[in-house]
Amino acid sequence: MMKALRPFLLAAGLLALWQILVIATEVPPYILPGPWPVAKALATHLPALVGHLATTGTEIVMGLVFGTLLGTSCALSMIVSPLLKRWMLPLLVISQALPVFALAPMLVLWFGYGMASKIAMAVLIIFFPVTSSFYYGMQRTESDLLDLARIMGAKPLAVLRLIIIPSALPTFAAGVRTATAVAPIGAVVGEWVGSSSGLGFYMLHANARMQIDLMFAALVLLALVSLLLYAVVDRFLAKLIFWEPKKG
Amino acid sequence: MKSAAPTVIIDRVSLSFGDRILFDNLSLRLDGGRTTCILGPSGCGKSTLLKLIAGSGPFPFTGSIHLNPQETKREVAWMGQNDLLLPWLSLIDNVLLGARLRHELTEDKRKQARSLLLAAGLGDHAQALPATLSGGMRQRGALLRTLMEGRDILLMDEPFSALDALTRMRLQDLAAGMISGRTVVLVTHDPMEALRLADRILVLAGSPVRLAADLQPPGRPPRDPGRPEITRQYADLLKMLMNGDGV
Repeated sequence: MMKALRPFLLAAGLLALWQILVIATEVPPYILPGPWPVAKALATHLPALVGHLATTGTEIVMGLVFGTLLGTSCALSMIVSPLLKRWMLPLLVISQALPVFALAPMLVLWFGYGMASKIAMAVLIIFFPVTSSFYYGMQRTESDLLDLARIMGAKPLAVLRLIIIPSALPTFAAGVRTATAVAPIGAVVGEWVGSSSGLGFYMLHANARMQIDLMFAALVLLALVSLLLYAVVDRFLAKLIFWEPKKG
Repeated sequence: MKSAAPTVIIDRVSLSFGDRILFDNLSLRLDGGRTTCILGPSGCGKSTLLKLIAGSGPFPFTGSIHLNPQETKREVAWMGQNDLLLPWLSLIDNVLLGARLRHELTEDKRKQARSLLLAAGLGDHAQALPATLSGGMRQRGALLRTLMEGRDILLMDEPFSALDALTRMRLQDLAAGMISGRTVVLVTHDPMEALRLADRILVLAGSPVRLAADLQPPGRPPRDPGRPEITRQYADLLKMLMNGDGV
């Protein structure tokens, strides 16, 4: 019962806190609008917001899919080939040493103002957590299991498929959860730099016209979609790692 | 197949870890088709010896370990203290792990695994995940996975030590029937386990380790722990182990 009510109680608490902050600080609505004006703006502009949400949502999901595919492929190739590992590990570290947000203008330049540059941005952001979690998860496979497989005369690919990859899934799942949480950042930052649609683009426009309530409405919608996406991915991962005991 | 189970010959094996000499020209003969239990104090090198026989450890040793009759490839089955069941596979798939890892899974193997599970009282749990099974059931599953390999040489490293006394006794009874006729090398620190299961008991002691005693308990395994001669030998073995160097 409490578990089902928890998200609603949490949302109500946050809304109350928001309203208290607005009343207590007496900030003008063009700096911090209260929840009610934001809800009204959300209802009034819902069709336009939903259209932009479709763009941002597609960018996030595509970024997540391609980033996860790229990350898992890199991790697998590093596990399979020690030579590739020696070349790719430094590249992986360099990819994180670069401030990814600073790359956004270049990505727009290279991939254009459409979705491709935002997807590339999301891919760049999530690539590292996915690759590192999967790679280190596979590396930490219990040595006794690998010894047992060796004694059994196992084929290398069968060891990878039946032992190494499943062993790494719980760690990999942690990386994918992190990636899901940060993927919207990539898409929205990409839209800020240059785009013609999407919630990031809509927020910039609303900001320029001092429609702060609309800006907040876009933000609330983005947060709701991010939460929904996280819940879906979390449920999928829990099903994928069916042998892990349920927590919390 | 069982009567042809090979003898394992450990011939003048020496192995050191840094300054510590573990084996210095150690020679043992582990009879084919019989169960040899190796007893000794912790850290004396029992498990290392088992790994050398399995050829699984990265230990640079001198001397040789070979089989009689000679085989082109030393094929062994291994069972350790931890059951090492894969939590994502059902019990029957765990029992069939070796076949799956070698791409040798056939319907005959499945039938064999099912009949082994039935014989071990696990028929109703074939599709269960390891996490839903008790410690004793999991270890039985590990024993069946070892037997399913169909190898003539079984290497068992303290296979029942993590179980409670009652479950251990039951599993020893089950194992005694199932491993009979193969060349079994069972490492244990429990003298009663050795007395119940072994055709021959080798007591290792000292540093570098040497053979301190070589016993053949009377009767056939699994032996009743209440038998007077077993109780007497148990007391002797305990005293030997307590004394440290076994003499």
